[in-house]
Amino acid sequence: MTRGENPLIRRLLIAAALAYLALFIFLPLLTVFMNAFSKGIVVYLKALNDPVGLAAVRLTVITALIAVPLNLIFGIAASWAIAKFNFPGKNLLITLIDLPLSVSPVISGLIFILLFGAQGIFGPWFIQHGIRIIFAVPAIILATIFVTFPMVARELIPVMKAQGSEEEEAAMTLGASGFQTFWRVTLPNIKWGLLYGVILSNARAMGEFGAVSVVSGHIRGQTNTLPLHIEILYNEYNFTAAFAAASLLAMLALVTLVLKSIVEFKYRAELKAAVRTDGSL
Amino acid sequence: MFKILKQKSTLPGFHLSLGYTVFYLSLIVLIPLSTLFLRTSTMGWGDFWSAVTSPRTLASYRLSFLASFIAGLVNLVFGFLIAWVLARYSFPGKKIVDALVDFPFALPTAVAGITLASLYSQNGWVGKYLYAWGIPSAYNFLGITLALIFIGLPFVVRTVEPVLQDLDAELEDAAASLGANRWQTFAKVIFPNALPALITGFTLAFARAIGEYGSVIFIAGNMPGKTEIAPLLIITKLEQYDYSGAAAIAVVMLIVSFALLAFTNFLQWVFSKRIGMS
Repeated sequence: MTRGENPLIRRLLIAAALAYLALFIFLPLLTVFMNAFSKGIVVYLKALNDPVGLAAVRLTVITALIAVPLNLIFGIAASWAIAKFNFPGKNLLITLIDLPLSVSPVISGLIFILLFGAQGIFGPWFIQHGIRIIFAVPAIILATIFVTFPMVARELIPVMKAQGSEEEEAAMTLGASGFQTFWRVTLPNIKWGLLYGVILSNARAMGEFGAVSVVSGHIRGQTNTLPLHIEILYNEYNFTAAFAAASLLAMLALVTLVLKSIVEFKYRAELKAAVRTDGSL
Repeated sequence: MFKILKQKSTLPGFHLSLGYTVFYLSLIVLIPLSTLFLRTSTMGWGDFWSAVTSPRTLASYRLSFLASFIAGLVNLVFGFLIAWVLARYSFPGKKIVDALVDFPFALPTAVAGITLASLYSQNGWVGKYLYAWGIPSAYNFLGITLALIFIGLPFVVRTVEPVLQDLDAELEDAAASLGANRWQTFAKVIFPNALPALITGFTLAFARAIGEYGSVIFIAGNMPGKTEIAPLLIITKLEQYDYSGAAAIAVVMLIVSFALLAFTNFLQWVFSKRIGMS
């Protein structure tokens, strides 16, 4: 074997990498749960069973349940247009779709204040008509949609591109309607990529802090999502309760990683299968 | 162009899907983002300039950029090491380690923030040793940098790892058979091939770090002019109802982010050309 390092160097490199990961990833992960359970499981469960905290969980789930499906529909439409057709300005469109990923979370919240805040462009009109957007649930949902905007689309575009259009064209030739073609041919081919995008968007939607913090107004039991609730508990020096709530989101992160690893495997296979039949990419 | 359009026109839904894409993109992204530029354009150049060059603003930019840059460099080194180990070696538990690399992506930033603050503060598991050695690791520049190191790690690993995996083994064999030792092979073959991915990973981590908020504010200290990051200054301005001041600071940050995004796209373009040629 001419390639590769001698075993000693190899072991040293592995040890160094693992030590770094232990310090920077495993230790923080452990810290969340140790702090959450530092006063025992009874205190932990009591901290979680708090009406204000439960309201925060509810708002977090509602926000994700609205934001993720909306971005899913968008992702399907965008990837269908981009992968199946050619049109001028396509690369610009792809760049614009990815834009929210390079915007700071704080700026992602700020833009909705500039639109709907009391001094904002549409703010005065909504306030006159008694519709609250800023410091209320609509702005929280809008900001969440913004930060997770490209996450389904950017997973679906490469899969759909790799799949090509031949199977759909065959289905159409055999008399299938557009909807049937999508439902029976396209969707089964992209399902893992789609699931992958949904898992990632959901994690971000439930965990978003900066953007939501700017627009929420922090009204307890009303406009606090789980991450905002954690911030308030922490700033009140209620560390056990803060970490108890944080442990829920840390568990969400771990579940996300497990699902992601499983789906990633299928998703890669989906991409590869597409490459084999189509030859493009 | 026309030929391709015709060729593909048997599939339905082009106008519907593109129309909806552009509509939704405008509604959620383009119109809201453009208000930022609209707001600053009503300010007048003098007001804008004084907002973005006030000593407090400049100090926050300096802090955000410097801490992000240092965190990026640390991740460059250790991200490369981890990517190398994951791409080239096998060891027990590798799958779990590989999945855990994405933990900073998956963990909500507020959770990361309070966790790191607790870990590196004077009574924290790591902080108590650092403080004992005379290294205060929270509520200062070091704390900010540590948080940015945490959130930036996956960017470098995930951009470099596939390049190291796909690097043609024959190239390395050829170098070795021509008498290169392992170090020479690394320096002359492996490293130059991984360099574009390294720069891309660094830029992505850097761009994420300058806008980062949640994981930083709990450990930052947040003293104006000293440990106040730029995103926090935006929030402070908003709380003082200085919408224009907030927008001005945001516009500068946004322009930097977009420039970095353009730079990574350009790199990828150069890189794909090079692969295409070889």
